[in-house]
Amino acid sequence: MTSPVRDGGPPVIRVRIPPVLRDVVDGARQLEVEGATVGEALDALFARFPALRDRLTTDGQLSTFVNVYVNADDVRHRDGLATAVGATDTVILLPAMAGGSG
Amino acid sequence: MTIAARSAPTTTSFVPGFAGLACAACGTPAPAGPRFVCDRCFGPLEATYDHARAGESLSRETIAARPRTLWRFAELLPIDEPPPDGLAVGFSPLLPAPRLAARLGLRQLWLKDDSRNPTLSFKDRNVAIAAARARRFGFETLACASTGNLAASVAATAAVSGMKAVVLVPADLEPAKIAQAEALGARVARIDGPYDVVNRLCLELSDEFEGWAVVNVNLRPYYSEGSKSVAFEVAEQLGWRAPDAVVAPIASGSLYTKLRRGFDELAAVGLIETPNTRHIGGQPAGCGPVATAFGTGSDTIRPVARPDTIVRSLAIGSPADGQRSLALARGSGGSVEAVEDADTIAAIRLLAETEGILTETAGGVTLGALRLAITRGVVGRDDEVVVVITGNGLKTLDVIVDGTSGDVIEPSLDAFATWALKEGVS
Repeated sequence: MTSPVRDGGPPVIRVRIPPVLRDVVDGARQLEVEGATVGEALDALFARFPALRDRLTTDGQLSTFVNVYVNADDVRHRDGLATAVGATDTVILLPAMAGGSG
Repeated sequence: MTIAARSAPTTTSFVPGFAGLACAACGTPAPAGPRFVCDRCFGPLEATYDHARAGESLSRETIAARPRTLWRFAELLPIDEPPPDGLAVGFSPLLPAPRLAARLGLRQLWLKDDSRNPTLSFKDRNVAIAAARARRFGFETLACASTGNLAASVAATAAVSGMKAVVLVPADLEPAKIAQAEALGARVARIDGPYDVVNRLCLELSDEFEGWAVVNVNLRPYYSEGSKSVAFEVAEQLGWRAPDAVVAPIASGSLYTKLRRGFDELAAVGLIETPNTRHIGGQPAGCGPVATAFGTGSDTIRPVARPDTIVRSLAIGSPADGQRSLALARGSGGSVEAVEDADTIAAIRLLAETEGILTETAGGVTLGALRLAITRGVVGRDDEVVVVITGNGLKTLDVIVDGTSGDVIEPSLDAFATWALKEGVS
């Protein structure tokens, strides 16, 4: 599916923010960012809210405690951060509830 | 959190060991509350304990004098005090299994029969603790994402706690499990998708539906601790020691890993020696992300998008405690076995015909995992082995028998004799 674009640039997609992260995004429940892939959208989000990058990444890698969904799909079942997104998509960040690696 | 003063013990001589929550990843402490994610790093919160304080009122003698429920070990559970009411959960029997042992070529085999809990599965332990916390935090509705057993447990526990129950389940769940939850008064939401989708939905709704305690989401740090009580009881029932090997199913991996936590904590308070137990886990071959990683020597657990197994209670494609389970299997000298559905059914029949216990499909996977572990030399003839039977077979009877099949026999001796000859029972 081709996505609507603005000024020929990447599509604008929505990112839903869970409560525990809202303090670093000025309380927003949902934000709009540009990106053609999940990774690009997150990079755009982190550029706007550097504190979010600190919270969710380690050495440039997304934390294993974060699960990323495009609409209802876990991106690990698609192309990970390279998963393409369009203007109708919502990226959802949720805690993995994982018990850690230890 | 209120802490009983040491100089003024309560009438039950109970000194809580629970010392709040902390992040399992970065260690940042968090106050006790309906939270499960670290503010700082997004990692999972878990319960912490002051073992020295817990040890003050925990001794073999004080425990022996207490009621036979999971609150027997309250000092090592994430509560401030045992609740005054509730279902009679825990202290299930540890049964010797000599006939099964002989068939498997083992000398000492025990069955921890946790299907004898009020709603016929081990989940009553987890929900009892979550419900005690939920009431204290002021929630009015008890909810969960469930592969079946949890749904019934939430339904019954909500009823006895004066709360409402809403359970979310995959739409293709066994009818007996849905019926059990409904009959116990829960509103059952059948979601179009596998468990991982149901779980994702529960994560989202726990943020939006205020007043809802989703026991395995926003109360997970408390909920998950209930599984430790299986290990506490096993150690006490064995005469205060941990077994050489313990076998359990792996769905999220919570029970499997909490068994070790339980043994370790008993050692920390001086009730048993440092455990040297091998932990054997079972997963269905059609949904075995941890077994696959273990078998291939990988450190990465690849989630299973479409589980394909009759064992719906273990059909979790993205296990929350998968990494921990993998580390425990390797670190303890145990294993995680992938059990084919046909072998699961064979194991259910073996348990039934040797020990007279009818277990659900997860129990078949667990026993199937033990058989594989014996074949591969992970468990040996002289090991003392405990198999945790987590749920009752009436919940998944459809995979074993069709109770309506078989001939209807004319009520005459001749007709019966003919039938007996045909069936080979004469």
